[in-house]
Amino acid sequence: MTAPDTRRAIDAVWRIESARLIAGLARIVRDVGVAEDLAQDALVAALQQWPESGVPRNPGAWLMATAKHRAIDRWRRQERLGRKIEELGQDLEGERGGTPPDFDAVLEEVGDDLLRLIFTACHPVLSPEARVALTLRLLGGLTTEEIARAFLVPAPTIAQRIVRAKRTLNAAHVPFEVPEGAELTARLASVLEVIYLVFNEGYAATAGDDWLRPALCEEALRLGRILAELAPREPEVHGLVALMELQASRFRARTGPAGTPILLPDQDRTRWDYLLIRRGLAALQRAEKLGGALGPYTLQAAIAACHARARTAAETDWERIAALYDALSQLAPSPVVELNRAVALAMAFGPAAGLELVDALTAEPSLQGYHLLPSVRGDLLAKLGRRDEARGEFERAAALTQNIRERTMLLERAAACG
Amino acid sequence: MRFMLLMIPKGYEQAAPGAMPDAATVAAMGKYNESLQQAGVLLALDGLHPPSMGARVSFSGGKPKVIDGPFSEAKEVIGGYWLIQVRSKEEAIEWASRCPVGDDDAVIEVRQVQEFSDFPDDVQEAAAPADRQGPAGRGRSA
Repeated sequence: MTAPDTRRAIDAVWRIESARLIAGLARIVRDVGVAEDLAQDALVAALQQWPESGVPRNPGAWLMATAKHRAIDRWRRQERLGRKIEELGQDLEGERGGTPPDFDAVLEEVGDDLLRLIFTACHPVLSPEARVALTLRLLGGLTTEEIARAFLVPAPTIAQRIVRAKRTLNAAHVPFEVPEGAELTARLASVLEVIYLVFNEGYAATAGDDWLRPALCEEALRLGRILAELAPREPEVHGLVALMELQASRFRARTGPAGTPILLPDQDRTRWDYLLIRRGLAALQRAEKLGGALGPYTLQAAIAACHARARTAAETDWERIAALYDALSQLAPSPVVELNRAVALAMAFGPAAGLELVDALTAEPSLQGYHLLPSVRGDLLAKLGRRDEARGEFERAAALTQNIRERTMLLERAAACG
Repeated sequence: MRFMLLMIPKGYEQAAPGAMPDAATVAAMGKYNESLQQAGVLLALDGLHPPSMGARVSFSGGKPKVIDGPFSEAKEVIGGYWLIQVRSKEEAIEWASRCPVGDDDAVIEVRQVQEFSDFPDDVQEAAAPADRQGPAGRGRSA
């Protein structure tokens, strides 16, 4: 292997092993920052030794053992962490002289540690941006530069965000553990929020963007799938995975050749990824099988599933979608959800049904600058033959949108009202 | 990036119809598949019945000819595949290297899946159905 080949091979091993390595070390040293430093030490050792010795048979075990030895060396020089040396010594004692740990047992421990790491990196004491940066770093194995490029933010900003996040966790004495009972549900919401934030950032990427941006969708999906295996009895985890798989299934259909956006009703459904749809529907089923009322992610996934199951736009089960939006508006009400509910009602029961709800929303303060409100209202008015009013709404919507192509489309619709 | 890991077990070209791997192999593969699942990289996988239960449709000058398996000239045949989502070819290779093939000989071929966006624009256009209109401007989310 050439030197660049080996470097890439080591990078690949790092992608696979780093989160588990950091998680296992964090359990021992109770500090994710120190755990990451130790893991980095092990990576440096790998970069020095593996080009000659080759990648070991069990790279994860090699990295863990190396990290622990490095830790002992480090802390002989830093007595204030002397207590940790004892813990490490005890830990190493068990492995020295014996056969390598049973892979199954290691897998189980690692699962718990990984879950602890996820909950810690996504702790609500951190801001959402800090949680995202820390999660992508510790669980995604992304470098500071990669995170910065993905989020269109300068690298030093991300570096500072991560440093401060670790400091905040320490200052708040956040324990390295998985929360239980009622706390688990609340903390889980924080984790799911981070993963979905990453996904949405990736989904918003347009053609010509740095490839790292759409790759965020894959990263979010990976994290979601990992979490689904670690917390299989949490329905909202499967709900979020389902939602992401189903949205990702439309990725290829949502832009035309020149990068023009194509809306859901007009998408070429042969371009949908049916593997992802199958996976999304399977994840949704897992969520539903766990019983109980459907949570917000699962509801959104169920709505996406209605679209996914329709072979053509005309076959869409709008009544079911309207019912799901009803449930979502009870659980996680927002003006945007209400607007989507209005659209579904109109598709299911006719434009007048939707217009009733939209009219009520025109007074909603948070929707005042939102171009989709007059756009939807215009559409419904046009369908009811109220062309003059429709034209006014489309013109109002065109004035509110920043997007040039959308503005053109809306002005075309205004003109078509005669 | 998506990769297909094609399992090419030695001797599978001669396997009798209905041949199945033994319990130990199945257990080991099960653990491996689980590790792919737990890493969040597994998209799909399947095992394939041996060629003795299959057929080949060969084309010569556009004319198809059907031959039932087994195929005497075939030295390597596919026994199964994994479809995984990873960030690099090296990551796919690392996963392939971890497959527990035991004492038997085997080859795992690692092949990248073509994404539609890999194709040039004219091919993408050609693949679009004739009646696709383009954005109708209803102003709703994609």
